[in-house]
Amino acid sequence: MSASIPFGGLRSQIPSDVAALGYRLLVVALLCAVLALSSKAFLTPSNLLNVLRQGSLVFLLASGLTLVILTGGLDLSVGANVGLSACLAATAIKATGSVGIGVAAGLASGTAIGMLNGLLVTWMRIPPFIATYGMLWVVHGVTYWYMAGDTIHGFPPGFRALGSGYFLGVPIPIYLMLAFLAAGGVFTRYTTYGHEIYAIGANAEAARLSGIPVWLRLNLVYILSGAMAGLAAIVYLARLNSAEPDIGEPLALPAIAAVLMGGTSLFGGVGSLSGTLVGAIILALVLNGMNLLAIDANWQPLVTGVVVLLAVWIDIMTRQRAGSRA
Amino acid sequence: MGEFTRLATGGRRPVRAAAIPGVAYILVILSVLFAIFASGFTSAANLANIGVQSSILLLLALPMTLIIMSEGLDLSIGAVLGLAGVVLALVLVRGGGVALGLAAALAVGFTFGLGNGLLVAVLGMPPFVATLGTLGIAQSLALVATDGQSVVGIGDALPALYTSTWLGIPFSILVGLLAYLAFHFLLYHTRFGAYVFAIGGNREALRLAGARTDLYHVTIYVLGGLMAGVGALLLTGRMNAGHPIAAIGMEFDAIAAVIVGGTSFERGNGWLPGSLLGVLTLGVLKNGLNLLAVPSSLQVVSIGLLVIVALLIDSIRGRA
Repeated sequence: MSASIPFGGLRSQIPSDVAALGYRLLVVALLCAVLALSSKAFLTPSNLLNVLRQGSLVFLLASGLTLVILTGGLDLSVGANVGLSACLAATAIKATGSVGIGVAAGLASGTAIGMLNGLLVTWMRIPPFIATYGMLWVVHGVTYWYMAGDTIHGFPPGFRALGSGYFLGVPIPIYLMLAFLAAGGVFTRYTTYGHEIYAIGANAEAARLSGIPVWLRLNLVYILSGAMAGLAAIVYLARLNSAEPDIGEPLALPAIAAVLMGGTSLFGGVGSLSGTLVGAIILALVLNGMNLLAIDANWQPLVTGVVVLLAVWIDIMTRQRAGSRA
Repeated sequence: MGEFTRLATGGRRPVRAAAIPGVAYILVILSVLFAIFASGFTSAANLANIGVQSSILLLLALPMTLIIMSEGLDLSIGAVLGLAGVVLALVLVRGGGVALGLAAALAVGFTFGLGNGLLVAVLGMPPFVATLGTLGIAQSLALVATDGQSVVGIGDALPALYTSTWLGIPFSILVGLLAYLAFHFLLYHTRFGAYVFAIGGNREALRLAGARTDLYHVTIYVLGGLMAGVGALLLTGRMNAGHPIAAIGMEFDAIAAVIVGGTSFERGNGWLPGSLLGVLTLGVLKNGLNLLAVPSSLQVVSIGLLVIVALLIDSIRGRA
């Protein structure tokens, strides 16, 4: 199906991209309207900032994942990665008292896991979903072994500001989200690397034949996904002020849901970081709404699971319609 | 039908069975190592223990073999087993018999298997994401139904059944053996089995040949759900309770056992006896590490490394 897109396809695709984003913003508006009507607490500045802060955490994790999914791959290990990276960062801060070394430890751990994923996928040629799924459990096991039932909590204020601080009345994670949206947007739209990532997702064989170093680019996206998981771990740790081995587990499914809800296709080659941002906000709104309406938190995996299924279904329907029009 | 089977499988099956698979080497090496270094490993009681502990995993690995052969995956099978176990325990607590409880567990498994099958085969969703979604749904329902607590007070009937023996064979091993025989017959001696090879190997050819591909494809996932229901019977009997998150991660063991056993994600290349060996390998690995007092967290890591070793052996043998 994807092979039938002609060279002019990119230009004719732009209006439908805009339309797709419009539909998603409409979903955001509808969700906001429903929540505003059903809960008085929703339309307060502090709650709206809270939604954005929750969305920014999911976005940081989902942005690296978006690049992986754009190549037609998947990274199921991001949640476990957050767990290990947060625990290592916490240990480093406690051991050295230095925020910088803690941040570096978290980023290094996340990046290292991403590199391993990349090698499993490219060098050992294991299908991405199974390689990163195995990595999920390996990292999970290492984290539980390393922590041995401990919890590390109580970090210096300078570190905690990364997750719970404010600048000009706006939570700091939101600035991080905007910065990475801008950087990621430039990377995907205006650099050769970005275009090559889309090309690999659209048709890996054609990309290879046209001289794109597919092997290197695939490693790059898994490394970036791991590094962003490391960053998300730091922000999350700074917000929770407590490191436990399982803190990343509830984040994996929402991150995947945000990417897919944002219109990035599981089949590769189609999607954008701005879409993922909207997806992350949709998810944050849903979870915030469940909170405000005092719905049992045990329902959250179900809601996120249904969102994932809906998003994939919409993706498939869109592709089928595009296929029948062509 | 013989001719069709050979065409559908590309004549791959006999070749596969003739070669000694990598998993056999791994199983023997691990067993020898543990026999030397882990005291008590070779005792009759411990070997029987490995069999008992492996039986639930075997129940999941059997349908998982068929699912992976069809170029699919079922990440939800552990969570579905957990939900089925909770439902089974709730039925027992309310005074329903074991038969009614098993029927309820099978109904849960059937529903999720059917859902997975429809999402994958009919809607065309990538199986790993579709079953990740249903994993979340099953997990939520199990947590909500129990409020996150264990369901205790299930009475004596199920634990008594679980600890019963027949000709000296523990109940769970008996169930595992029967399930293996059923799946072996199904895969190698029925038209359905031939279609399973063809769905992974050449789905389009099967469709063009006029077979109801989608029906068979959905059936593969339904078998996965049903076996999760049977597994729930054993797990609940063993734990003497229903626990909503007891089976989380079991799907990883099942997938690992199938991959270690030599079934690959490509072209319907599957081998059921290999999955049996893979299950035993995982059982031996976990049991031996337990005897060596290695924490369970590192056992998970070792299973991941085992999968990588098995894949490496496969790719080296493939190149040779």
